[in-house]
Amino acid sequence: MASLKELSKKEECLSSGHRLCAGCGASIVARQILMASDNPVVVGASTGCFEVATTIYPFTAWKVPYIHNAFENVAATISGAETAYRALKKKGKITKDINFIAFGGDGGTYDIGIQSLSGVLERGHKMVYVCYDNQAYMNTGIQRSGATPCGATTTTAPAGKKITLGKTQSRKDLTAIVAAHHIPYVAQASPSYWNDLIKKAKKAFAVDGPAFLNVLAPCPRGWRYSPEDTIGIGKLAVQTCVWPLYEIVDGKMEVTYKPREKKPVTDWFKSQGRFKHLFSEENKEHLGKLQEEIDKNWENLLKSSE
Amino acid sequence: MSNIQALTGDSSVAQAMRQINPDVVAAYPITPQTEIVQDFASFVSDGMVDTEMITVESEHSAMSACVGACASGARVMTATSANGLALMWEIVYIAASTRLPIVMPLVNRALSAPINIHCDHSDSMGARDSGWIQIHSENAQEAYDNTIQAVRIGEHADIRLPVMVNLDGFIISHGMERVEMLDDAAVTKFIGEFSQPHPLLDVDNPVTYGPLDLYDYYFEHKRQQVEAMSRVSKVVLAVAEEFGKLTGRKYGLFEKYKLDDAELAMVALGSTNGTAEVAIDELRNEGVKAGLLKLRMFRPFPVMEIVEALSAVKTLAVFDRAISFGSFGGPLFTEIRSGYFGEEKAPDIINYIYGLGGRDINVSDIKNVFHNLADGKRKPVNYLGVRE
Repeated sequence: MASLKELSKKEECLSSGHRLCAGCGASIVARQILMASDNPVVVGASTGCFEVATTIYPFTAWKVPYIHNAFENVAATISGAETAYRALKKKGKITKDINFIAFGGDGGTYDIGIQSLSGVLERGHKMVYVCYDNQAYMNTGIQRSGATPCGATTTTAPAGKKITLGKTQSRKDLTAIVAAHHIPYVAQASPSYWNDLIKKAKKAFAVDGPAFLNVLAPCPRGWRYSPEDTIGIGKLAVQTCVWPLYEIVDGKMEVTYKPREKKPVTDWFKSQGRFKHLFSEENKEHLGKLQEEIDKNWENLLKSSE
Repeated sequence: MSNIQALTGDSSVAQAMRQINPDVVAAYPITPQTEIVQDFASFVSDGMVDTEMITVESEHSAMSACVGACASGARVMTATSANGLALMWEIVYIAASTRLPIVMPLVNRALSAPINIHCDHSDSMGARDSGWIQIHSENAQEAYDNTIQAVRIGEHADIRLPVMVNLDGFIISHGMERVEMLDDAAVTKFIGEFSQPHPLLDVDNPVTYGPLDLYDYYFEHKRQQVEAMSRVSKVVLAVAEEFGKLTGRKYGLFEKYKLDDAELAMVALGSTNGTAEVAIDELRNEGVKAGLLKLRMFRPFPVMEIVEALSAVKTLAVFDRAISFGSFGGPLFTEIRSGYFGEEKAPDIINYIYGLGGRDINVSDIKNVFHNLADGKRKPVNYLGVRE
C-alpha cells in the first residue's frame, strides 16, 4: 500500500477546475479510487452531477479516456467497452492492460440502473463499478431515491405537516443485493477513510471479474451542511454505524472498521439540515425507531462477519 | 464463386453476420428476430467467428453495450424487432448522435398494444427521426446483401452513422428462400477493416465521449448530423456499384419496375414489393399501364430522385405498412406528397395503409388498388383490407 505522500505524486486522472460543488464527496471518491489503479483506466459515468460537471463541451476535466452514454446504462456501456477490449486484444490490436471503471450515482445505480448493473454482474465482465452514493437525486435537485434514508427530507418526499418524517421508507440495501450476485469482490467504503477506500479499490481492480464499491459521497447541498465538513460527515456516518465499512471477498464478509465507541444516530441527524425536522415534537417517537434499525443492521453485519 | 443455399431471412442475416465477423455482438432475443441471435450464438459457440458476444439482459443494454464497444474501436452489430427497438429507443438516438456505425438488422414487427408478433413497419417508422440510415429488403437475398453493404455504408469516413437493415417479420424472416451467398473471403475483402477515428481505448490519446452539450454547441452538432445524412445516398450508390460488380446483383436508392411508361404506379417498402411485381405483371397483361417504385432507402429519403422518377405518372398509390396517428396519412405518403409540393408535374397521390399486425396483402388486393386508382371518387387516405 502506497503512503499518502506517494499517492500525492500520482498523476491525476481528473483535473482540477471541474465544476462540481466545493466539498462534493463524489470527486473525492473518484480521485481516491483512480489513484488506486496501477494500469491505465477507461472511465464511464452515468448521467448525474459527476458527469455534467466534469464534461461541459468544449471542455473536459478528464485526462483519461471517458464515456458517458445515458443515465441507467453506465454498467452496460462499460461492459461493451470491456468486451471490445477483449476482442481487440485477442486480435493483437491492443497490447496494454487496461482497468475499466463505471461511476454511477445512487439514482443511476440503486434505481434506474439496477437492471443494467445486475446484467453486468451476472455476465462477469472484468470491471469495477463504483456507486458514489449521495443518497438522493442531487443533479436534478435533491429528489428521493432508493438510497435516501428514512427520515431525510427531499424535494419529492419533503417533511410536511401531514407526512412529518420526510421519506418514510428505509433505504435499499444495494451492497447486499450486489453481493447476492456472488461476484468476487464487493465493498462498502467512505472517502473519509481514504486508506480503507484505496485498499478496497486496489482489491477491486485486482480481481478477475466484476467488483463493486458502494462509496458514501456526502453532498453539502443536498444534505445541508457546510462544504468544509464533508470529510467529517463521512467519518460520522461510519462512527454512528449509519454507513458501516466492510468487504465481501469471494463470499466472505469482513467488517473492515469497527468504531471504538459507537456514536448515537442523533449525532448524525444533528450534523445535517436534511434531518432537522426529526427533532420536532411530532417526530420524537421516530428517533428511537431509527436508532433501533441502525443497531439491528449493525448487529446483523457483525454476525455475518463472524 | 458463389454458394447457393436455402435460408430463411433470419438465417441469411445471421450468415451475413458470420461473414462480417464483427468484433462484438450484443443482442437480446425477441420474436421474430430470435433466429438471428440463436444462429449467431452457434457460430460463436462453434468457433466459426472471432466475435465476443454479449448476451445482455435487455435491448436497452444491447444498444448501450454496442455504443460502448463501437466507441472503443470495435466493429459492432446487434439485431432486434418492435418492442425491443422501443426499449432501446433512448440509446438508438445516442448511437446516431455519437456517430457510431453500428449495424442493426431490424426484423419488422408491429408495436404493442395489443401485443402482436407479426409484420408491419411501425417499429422502424417510429425510429425514422433517430438519425439512423434505414434500408429495406424485399426478400432474404436482399436482407443478406443489405446487411453486408450496410457495414460499408455506415463506416464510410464521410458518413459514420448507424444503419438499420429492415426485413419484414415472418414474411421474410421465417420464409425459406434461395439465397446466393458470397465466399467468406470475398465478404472480408469487401467490408475491409474497421477503424474508429478516436477510439476510447487509446489510452495514450484520451478522448471524452458523450459530454454535456448545451445551447452554445448542440445545434451545430445536430447540423453536422444533417450534413452526414446528406452524403449517404452517394455512398449507398457507390457501395452498390461495387457490390454489383462482385455479385451481379444491382442495388440503388430504389428500383423501378415497369415504371418508364407507367400511368398508374405504386410505392412500397419491403416484401410487399415482391407481391406487387406479380400484380403489375398481371395488370400489364390486362393492358393496364402499371408500374412500381420499390423503395430501398427510407433514411435518408431520396425525395428528389423519387419525384423525378414518378413525375410522368398520372396516379400514384403510396403503400404504408404503418400508421402515424393524427397525421394526414402514413409516413411514406406524407414524405412523397411533400416532395411534390411546388412541382409543376405531379401525380395524383393516394395513400393506402395496409397490412398492420401482419394482415396479409395479396396480388388481388394490389390489383384492386390499381383498378380503383382510375376511379376519381376515392379518398386521399384509405385503409386496405380492414373491416370498417
